[in-house]
Amino acid sequence: MLSRSLPTELVSGSTAVWPSGQPWERCDERRLSNASKRFMNIHEYQAKTLFEQFGIPVPKGRAIQAANEIDDALATFNEAGVVVKAQIHAGGRSKGTFVNGYQGGVHVVSTHGEAAAAARRMLGNTLVTHQTGPQGRNVRTIYFTEASAIEKEYYLAILLDRATSKPVIVASTEGGVDIEEVASTAPEKIIKVSIEPSLGLRPYQARQVAYGFGFKGDQNGAMVRLLSNLYRLFWEEDASLVEINPLISTPTGDICALDAKVSFDDNALYRHPEIEALRDLNEEDPKEVEAARFNLNYIALDGNIACLVNGAGLAMATMDIIKHFGGNPANFLDVGGGADEKQVTQAFTIILSDKNVRGILVNIFGGIMKCDTIATGIIEAAQAVGISVPLVVRLEGTNVETGRQLLGDSGLAINTADTLSDAARKIVSLAIK
Amino acid sequence: MSVLVDHNTRLVVQGITGNAGAFHTRQCIAYGTKVVAGVTPGKGGERFDECIPIFDTVAEAVNREGANVSMVFVPPPYAADSILEAIDCGVELIVCITEGIPVRDMIEVKDRLSRSRARLIGPNCPGIITPGQCKIGIMPGYIHQPGKVGIISRSGTLTYEAVWQLTSRGHGQSTCIGIGGDPIVGTRHIDAVKLFAEDPETEALILIGEIGGTDEEDAAAFIKDYVDKPVAAFIAGTTAPPGRRMGHAGAIVSGRSGTASGKIEALREAGIGVAPTPSEIAQTLLTVYNPA
Repeated sequence: MLSRSLPTELVSGSTAVWPSGQPWERCDERRLSNASKRFMNIHEYQAKTLFEQFGIPVPKGRAIQAANEIDDALATFNEAGVVVKAQIHAGGRSKGTFVNGYQGGVHVVSTHGEAAAAARRMLGNTLVTHQTGPQGRNVRTIYFTEASAIEKEYYLAILLDRATSKPVIVASTEGGVDIEEVASTAPEKIIKVSIEPSLGLRPYQARQVAYGFGFKGDQNGAMVRLLSNLYRLFWEEDASLVEINPLISTPTGDICALDAKVSFDDNALYRHPEIEALRDLNEEDPKEVEAARFNLNYIALDGNIACLVNGAGLAMATMDIIKHFGGNPANFLDVGGGADEKQVTQAFTIILSDKNVRGILVNIFGGIMKCDTIATGIIEAAQAVGISVPLVVRLEGTNVETGRQLLGDSGLAINTADTLSDAARKIVSLAIK
Repeated sequence: MSVLVDHNTRLVVQGITGNAGAFHTRQCIAYGTKVVAGVTPGKGGERFDECIPIFDTVAEAVNREGANVSMVFVPPPYAADSILEAIDCGVELIVCITEGIPVRDMIEVKDRLSRSRARLIGPNCPGIITPGQCKIGIMPGYIHQPGKVGIISRSGTLTYEAVWQLTSRGHGQSTCIGIGGDPIVGTRHIDAVKLFAEDPETEALILIGEIGGTDEEDAAAFIKDYVDKPVAAFIAGTTAPPGRRMGHAGAIVSGRSGTASGKIEALREAGIGVAPTPSEIAQTLLTVYNPA
């Protein structure tokens, strides 16, 4: 009954160093190379619609976005139990609290009146869970589902096993709980089935899971069909994760997906426009969305020292060294290998829109990217947007002398540094002042 | 001596006529790499910069120009197909620079690779360089210097940082391999470590990793048991926010978390010097390695 979906995002390991503005000129999909995350998440109600399309049984449900749709939606349900579920991408909804004090983003109620009341209190309000951060997420969609009689709960997921580079099924008879907990305390209760990509999921493998769950007869057949369909969804739709927690069996012998979490491979969205249309920008940080439009890889953090770096690994390492010297990074920002002056200016605009920022560290190892380009970008940004906080710049690599010269001649209050540790020390002491 | 590429390498560039492909091909030629052919379907018969023959297929590049290594600069929707073509033509080493290839495509490529003799480096990587002999990829050539330290890295610019720290202290590199940052890469840390372990001219190793996956842990376990050469490492991402790491199901698959602290612990346990900051990578190596 509870939603225990957890985020599956991974900090991008991007190392691209393309010349400016030139990626994929033969492929007019600019966004292909500007994914700021590896995965795109969708809401539970969207995932369940997809499940239905692939023949995976789910409880009957209706999603609404406005209060005046509530009564019509509820009229389609029997007067029996209804579950009212706030739709946000973060997990931990049932144990969350709305900022207006209302408890829980998932309610099981027995009358339509109670369901409507719960939906009204959730809709348009902000839900805080252990995954949303203190700012919470605004609830814009409510999902009503028929309450199900549960005999037993199970866990089922398909994802990529990085160690083998093959899809793997992870299943357990211990569903509806934190699966990580199960894995550490009762690893024998985890069933893992590796799938040969050239063969796909074979029936015997699906039976292995179905028998592992203790299903016999018709129920076993239903489970094999469910799993085959789930794998088909995973493979055909380029999902990076499909997770059902819990999958339930009912007293009448049916099985169905009580919750549904699906994330998609950002790199493959170009071949699934119908999936990309499900993207909910309200669930993403507006600064990150803006950055992605300019081909910048930005992730907002809660510190106060902003950084602007070329390359994802160096950007992460720059965050680490800021922390090492006692500071706290305000963001991850990889401008890529081929940023032009305009992108650098844009990067500064985004950085400075974060009101917590007390200092900026620019760390560029020019390879393909030239240091004079970055220097020009910094000077243009300072003139265009005005940089009101201390700025430390460390340039190394191609055209470094010209770059340093440009910064020196600009008359701007820029602190330069020769090494990364020197730069980090300087910005930490300036920002703390 | 070196690893995988040297002055005998005969390179074909797949996607030679695209902007990125053309730009970096010229940089590689300027460094001294023997670029013998280019491939762009539909442009067979033309010449790149009025010099290098362009073919429609990799097979022609192999048969007519003796290409034995390929560099792939093909856009992501078509990149996997290009890698498969190179494998099919018996190319020994394929270096794929392209960023943004769908994971499903790479699952299929990796499956095909496991049944072939070809080696893939990348995708989403800076490439491979043997200083003074052969540069295949997008790294700035001039920061390198021939020498005896092998470098393996998941990150591009962080590799340059380590290379520059070595070069500016007077220490050169045998070969530097950027293995790439994607969840599926052709050559993992452990595979590259094995190559360097067997190379008599490589005296010491630098390993640069990132959070996510367990490649660094696997490499550490191998080094502990089989590698006598001095090794230093750096792991980026100590401060990356936990909510952005790979979720629970991934950790269950591997049984390990892929966190920076877990990786650093595994490396230390293997007797590897771990640099506390990215500024101290070369310095950390030189505390365990005393070049003659």
